[in-house]
Order: sequence, then C-alpha cells, then structure tokens
Amino acid sequence: MTDPPSPQLPAAATSLAGAAPGAARPRSCTDLFITFTLLALQGFGGVLAISQRVLCEQRQWLTRAQFVETLAFAQILPGPNVCNIALMVGDRYFGGRGAAAALAGMMAVPLVIVLGVTALLAGHADQPQVAGALRGMGAVAAGLILGTVAKLVEGLRGNPLGAAGCGLFGVAAFVAVGVLRLPLVTVLLGLGVPAWLYAGWRIRRKLPQDRR
Amino acid sequence: MMLDPAGWFALFAHFLLLSMLSIGGAIVVAPEMHRYLVTQQGLLTDPQFSASIAIAQASPGPNVLFVAVMGYQVGGLAGASATLLGIMLPSTLFAIAASRWTHARADWLPLRAFRAGLAPVTVALMAATGWILTVQASHWPPLVLTALAAVLAWRTRLHFVVMIAAGAALGAAGWI
Repeated sequence: MTDPPSPQLPAAATSLAGAAPGAARPRSCTDLFITFTLLALQGFGGVLAISQRVLCEQRQWLTRAQFVETLAFAQILPGPNVCNIALMVGDRYFGGRGAAAALAGMMAVPLVIVLGVTALLAGHADQPQVAGALRGMGAVAAGLILGTVAKLVEGLRGNPLGAAGCGLFGVAAFVAVGVLRLPLVTVLLGLGVPAWLYAGWRIRRKLPQDRR
Repeated sequence: MMLDPAGWFALFAHFLLLSMLSIGGAIVVAPEMHRYLVTQQGLLTDPQFSASIAIAQASPGPNVLFVAVMGYQVGGLAGASATLLGIMLPSTLFAIAASRWTHARADWLPLRAFRAGLAPVTVALMAATGWILTVQASHWPPLVLTALAAVLAWRTRLHFVVMIAAGAALGAAGWI
C-alpha cells in the first residue's frame, strides 16, 4: 500500500521546546526563580510588558512568536496570564520543580512587598500625592503595554493566517473588547474559534506545497 | 470582623471556585469577589476593596496579588493565605496539566492551528487592555505620558522601572 508522500512536519518548529537554534534556555531552577523574581520586581501595574522584554529580549528563552503562543494558551486557561506563562516556561524546562520555581519567583518577593505596602499605605490611598503617583504609574503602565503590543505585532510575521487574516481577526478582537467591552469568553468563542478553524484550513491547504 | 473556622473555610472555598472561572486573570472575577466580600459577608468596606486593587497595581508583581491584599485586610496573614492559595491552587494545577497535554502533541494540526489562529487575537486583547487603561484618563497629561511610554518601550531599551518611577514622580507632583 503506497501512501502519498506524507508531509513531514518540521519538529516542533514553532513550539516552545523546539526553540530556534541559538536561543538560550534557563540553566537551572535557581536561574528560573531568580529570573522571574527580578522580572516580577520590575512589573509595576502589570507584569506582561516586562515579561516580554525579559523573556524575549534579555534572556532570549522565547522568540516573540513563541511568547505570543504561550500567552495565547495562558489567556484561555483560568488563572493569571503571567503566572500561567511562568508555569508553562518552568514546566517546559524543568518539569514540576521548574514550574514551582518560576511561579515562586513570580509571587514570593512581590507578595511580601505588597503586604508591606498594604500595612503602610492602607488608609492613605486617598491622599492627593499618593493618588497622583498611582495615576502617573497607571498612565505609564498603559503605555508599556501598548509599546509591547507594537513589538508583538512584528512577531506575527509568518503567521499562517497571513497579514490580511491577522489584521482582520486582530482588529475585530480589539474592537470587541476595547470598544464594545464584550466579555472575554464571548470574544474567545466568537472570534477565537473562527480564527482557529481558519488557521487550520490555511495550514492544511499549504501543507503539500512547502511542508510548513 | 473575626472569622470562625467555618467562615475561614467558606472564604477559602469561595476563592477555590473563583479560580477556575478566572479566564483572562483574577481581575475578571473581581465583581464576584466584591459581591461576596463587601455586599454579602461585609468583610471589607468599599474603599478597602478599591484600595486593594490600587495598591496591588502600584506594587511590583502580578496583579493577582490584589487578592492577597483583600485577604490581608479581612484577617491578616491567615486571610491572605486563604484567598491567595484559593485563587491560585486550581488554576495552577490545571495550567500545568494543560501545558503538558499541549506540549506532548505540539505538531498536531489542531494545536498548530490554535497557536496560529489565537496569536492575532491574543495580541489584540493585550492592545485592548492598554487601550482601556488609557481611555480612563479624562484629560490630556496622562494621555501624553502613556503615548511617550509606549514609544519608549517600543523603540528604546530604557528600563521600565525608570519610566514607572518618572510617572510616579510626575503624578505625585500633581502634573498628571
């Protein structure tokens, strides 16, 4: 029985473990713990933007495309997205111990700090200087997220959906959540599922030609 | 207000349940936390509830720590443990299991399609988060600050902490 030449998929070219040649990886659980601790300590008003900078640019454990893929999974799973990213990265390299080290790094020291701040600040959060500082930090944090988005858009290059498909689903999702304020679950079902099916169709259609 | 053992268990159990509903992050179930902690049980006041979120956002680390701040205000370290362990435990175990399941079949077409299809949606959701935080501002100084931070984060290697500190200083000086 002769099979048609079966399209061989390149081994996990876009998955986390099959990281691009030359990409770095964490050396140990200690490395994971320290990296995620330092990362978390730089994350004021959210850790997502600094996660991208540390994991992709400083440590180079993930490419931008891998970061987006990891975030995509982290987003549809219950739990904080950045904690899920830490768990997935840690587990990928060092199993359960790695996941524990990465999550502990993300949470332990910041937890001590936030409870200390609570003990100090509770009751003063309404003071004009404190409120002003919180506003200023919030404005910068929003900018950091938008600047990171600009970088991640570059990471969509080569996506099987193509530029038009990425643009269409991206703009639709942005309008749905950012403007119409639809619940995340609605958007994931209403746009994520069609995007998933369309991507499957595009990948399958391309398989015989260039074996991507 | 002090909790009896049954009250502690109810608090912990409530956050265990919320954990599996927190798709997109713990902040998604904040309205339900408000209903339980403030309206139903009277464990926190409204200002305490809002301050918990503000304090966690101003502190370094994941925003989910606001849950620990709420627990701390309910009952010190025991309260923080009950709420934080509750919100983290189920989702953590589930995330590890799901991560392994997907990793074991990384080349499976439906998963490759999932990664590809969800990528633009994921980036767009992040953009929407930044946008929602931006349009909360009702006057122009915070908008300028946001735009400046976005360009610097995109185009330069300037440390984020430096930018956050500058934002805090400008805000404390009353300019934002």
